[in-house]
Amino acid sequence: MFDFITEPWSYPFMQRAAIEVVIVGTICGFVGCFVVLRGLSFIGDALAHAVFPGVVLSYMAGRSIIIGAFIFGLLTALGIGVLSRSRRVSEDAAIGVIFAAFFALGVVLISRQSGFKRDLASLLFGNVLGISQTDIVVTAVVAVVVAAILFVLLKEFTLVAFDATMARSLGYPVFLLDTLLLLLVSATIVVSLQTVGNILILALIVTPPATARLLTDRLGRMMVLSVGVAIASGLGGLLISYHADTAAGGTIVLTATAAFLAALIAAPNHGLVSGWLQGRRGDHHAHHYHPVDESAHSH
Amino acid sequence: MTETAGLELVDVGVGYGRVFHMHEISLAASPGDIVGLIGPNGSGKSTLLKAIAGVIPHSGEILLGGEGIRSRASRVAFVPQREEVNWDFPVSALDVVLMGRYREAGWFRRVGGDDRKRARRALERLGLGGMGGRHISQFSGGQQQRIFLARAMVMEPQVVLLDEPFTGIDAENRAVFHEAIRDFAASGVIVLMATHDLDEVTSTCSHVCCLNRRLVAFGPTATTYTPEILRATFGGQVAVFA
Repeated sequence: MFDFITEPWSYPFMQRAAIEVVIVGTICGFVGCFVVLRGLSFIGDALAHAVFPGVVLSYMAGRSIIIGAFIFGLLTALGIGVLSRSRRVSEDAAIGVIFAAFFALGVVLISRQSGFKRDLASLLFGNVLGISQTDIVVTAVVAVVVAAILFVLLKEFTLVAFDATMARSLGYPVFLLDTLLLLLVSATIVVSLQTVGNILILALIVTPPATARLLTDRLGRMMVLSVGVAIASGLGGLLISYHADTAAGGTIVLTATAAFLAALIAAPNHGLVSGWLQGRRGDHHAHHYHPVDESAHSH
Repeated sequence: MTETAGLELVDVGVGYGRVFHMHEISLAASPGDIVGLIGPNGSGKSTLLKAIAGVIPHSGEILLGGEGIRSRASRVAFVPQREEVNWDFPVSALDVVLMGRYREAGWFRRVGGDDRKRARRALERLGLGGMGGRHISQFSGGQQQRIFLARAMVMEPQVVLLDEPFTGIDAENRAVFHEAIRDFAASGVIVLMATHDLDEVTSTCSHVCCLNRRLVAFGPTATTYTPEILRATFGGQVAVFA
């Protein structure tokens, strides 16, 4: 029984994969909180798709896919930032146009390669089991930088996310902070690509914080829980994929989804079961509207 | 002294892009003034407040103490309408009040113990003592407004901008608000509030600013809040005077 858990980690490729998912889980869980709170899921998805031609180009050039992806990620983040300032083009339409076009460009580029089907699969769905030492080092460096920036500007990012009006009124450079956040999301996506691939990366960024949000009402705890869920899903998913002989990336995402569903059903305050119990007690607004007894506190 | 700390609007126009919604607003308020902004829907009350808050661009000049108001941005507190706040955001009442200390704490730094103390004291003054740890969705509408008022207090502002503070709140909350507004004024803060509630103007405001996409009238409540001016502001839709 114990072997079931320990045995897979005796292989170097599993060890490397484990280190990678812990690093990736940490930044995805952390950055993902702001993606969820700012409602940036769609933009995140667009970013993940838009970096695809960069991935293909560096792959064709025999370079680390992180380089090409990063360049395209940077361009897309800046492009979205600028587009979102224009009032002529509806933002989501513009983003939709960009990301579909970029993604198609990637597909066309790779279709010129021989044996492209196999390559396409590993780029689209990730290849965490084939991760190299160099990839891990690059991932770790980027992760430290992203996490450090986010941590240092936590107060500012939180204010902009909760109350952009106040942030602007106080003289914070809201546009710059927004663009910086997109860059951090984009960097996170790029270094996480090899774990679950272009198609599924969004799940690793959105599912853990969404799960955490169900479990707590406080931002600090939400971040910690989100990172925890992301790492646990990564390691758990690897383990399951090893034994069940399934694709690692997909299994990791499904493990995270299972955690989300469990929280959705059983979370103490926001869960379906607790909602149902509160409903039965006739306490329909137990969470969302709960006036505090004022007489006890007012003087 | 009084003149130098005043708020002055000179020929202010407000709007998005090239379309200007409002023109030629000029007014002057001194410390301790409570200015009521009134006018029909779409007359630009909120828009003008947001221009003063620096949230939307404007033409003309907005001066605080003779300088451009943006150079004193951290001394201008804006209390938004309740509908403009994301009540599902994972923050407690205390977290929200602490945001009023962010500018003081500066970039890259966390808020400290002293900031926490101030925030707790502000919540206590507004009758929310001991409730700082609750999530913001767990308060009634009036209490939610008080949280944002507490946030304005801890900013130690020179100007407080209130956007429809009395919408949908009960008598008790109204009383708390009146007291807080008077406290602000007594300590030399300039209070501007946009309101639908004309009774509030006579009971609370020292000055009234009548808007209808332009300045109809501005002056002390006693001389400005007259049937003629109200008719000019609301276009005869209002029959408050018997």
